[in-house]
Amino acid sequence: MAAENPPGDGRLVPDDFDDDHAAFLTVQRVAGADDGPLDGATVAVKDNISTADIRTTCGSAMLADYVPPYDATVVERLKTAGATVVGKTNMDEFGMGTTTETSAFGPTDNPTAPGRVPGGSSGGSAAAVAAGQVDYALGSDTGGSIRCPAAFCGVVGIKPTYGLVSRYGLVAYANSLEQIGPIARDVAGAAALLDAIAGPDEHDATTRHDTREDLDVDGHPADATSYADAAGGGIDGLSVGVVTDLVEGADEAVVERFEAALDDLRAAGATVHEVSLPSVETAVQAYYVIAMSEASSNLARFDGVRYGQSGGYDGDWNESFATAREAGFGEEVKRRVLLGTYALSAGYHDKYYRQAQDARAWLKQDFDEAFETADVLASPTMPVPPFELGESLDDPLRMYLADANTVPVNLANLPAISVPAGETDRGPAALQLIGPAFGEERLVRAGSALE
Amino acid sequence: MSDSESVDPEEVRHVAGLARVDLDEAEVERFADQFGDILSYFDALDEVPETDREADLANVFRADEVREGLTQAEALRNASDSEDGRFKGPRVG
Repeated sequence: MAAENPPGDGRLVPDDFDDDHAAFLTVQRVAGADDGPLDGATVAVKDNISTADIRTTCGSAMLADYVPPYDATVVERLKTAGATVVGKTNMDEFGMGTTTETSAFGPTDNPTAPGRVPGGSSGGSAAAVAAGQVDYALGSDTGGSIRCPAAFCGVVGIKPTYGLVSRYGLVAYANSLEQIGPIARDVAGAAALLDAIAGPDEHDATTRHDTREDLDVDGHPADATSYADAAGGGIDGLSVGVVTDLVEGADEAVVERFEAALDDLRAAGATVHEVSLPSVETAVQAYYVIAMSEASSNLARFDGVRYGQSGGYDGDWNESFATAREAGFGEEVKRRVLLGTYALSAGYHDKYYRQAQDARAWLKQDFDEAFETADVLASPTMPVPPFELGESLDDPLRMYLADANTVPVNLANLPAISVPAGETDRGPAALQLIGPAFGEERLVRAGSALE
Repeated sequence: MSDSESVDPEEVRHVAGLARVDLDEAEVERFADQFGDILSYFDALDEVPETDREADLANVFRADEVREGLTQAEALRNASDSEDGRFKGPRVG
């Protein structure tokens, strides 16, 4: 049974469990099947992924005592593959943040760059992998929440193509953008974890590719695929398109590491050329309008009746719900729910939401064109090295701009991998490789060429 | 891009009401300032060309057969209060 440590902060971590960087919110081991491809492996699970009989808080005071009655599909698949779940990791509240500092349970330190943020929102998952507490971790990526912490902590993260991995049991923030994906210390490890979690699920219609008459597929893209086997496959002749729009504004030290990684790809046989995607200019705006709008709808369910912090029984239901949500939500969550409500409200829907959908379609077109001349696209994963803890909490817009390189991938439903690209004087830098839809094998092959 | 002016605090209160989130005065002030910056940043979306966005949609159905779901106890166990096997909520009006 888990014991509180340190008492009072709401974390359920036993005293004898080494968690120097405060990566975990709850430590509770669940053994998997006796054999399987992940037999003996330990996995940490982001705390917005439902675990039966293990508290799932989403980093929010609203759900501090919420214990799901069922497992997310990915957790079931981990257990079937033989993995042991070690516990649940810290995160920005409901996935809303780039630093893991919006968690109601306090921040997580970066094991690779102490005193700096681990990135977010899956910061606890990346930190647990980087510190060697677990072999693997699951994160979720709505606008970069796997790739950013992987980059900041110097580990590998994959954001799968929309529809590759089931979202059943993932507490929704922005359904049309998010995917669950793996974090590991090397590309082969991340690929092995992806093998375990990818596949169709009757509980998530977006994984049911057999129903898509417009696609020429039998079954699911992961059915006959081994992502782990793609690692080390060689990249002779691979065509890499550098997205110049995502390099120009980046920190000089990050760009230096990025250029060095491109040299490594060239040395392994790849060719590199430049591409420009004009549509990325409005990707951050489109992302935040769409994500906030979806969040305002998704988070309406937290009214303190079926689960979550109760607003009491004194007033009518509107008053009770507003009381529950004032107490249960942190500031960033309120900000996004309010802005999303605003963007969808009468008179503003066309100006914000409809134009954001246009920007999203424009991005998809740009990516389609870029993949006519490139096998994969490359950029720095994050335009900056990890922030210092506490540095940027007061300026939400500055924080949103840090997502410039990751959000285009979610808007276009594409896969991407973040691979370490060495150290700056302020912590790790990383290379992001973007693939065409269901091009994960190619990303694994290319990413592993950098190791 | 328009000048980044604060949003009217009354508008923040109105939206908070729609979203069923109580705010204290300090939050209203802070959000009014920040929303001005963020919304004027969103104005760049005005420059986006109108784009064809016909999505390919397919219905996904399953057979309409009774199957096991959560038990009543499982469904109720996270509720702050329940009565006679039902969720207990605040009064409606």
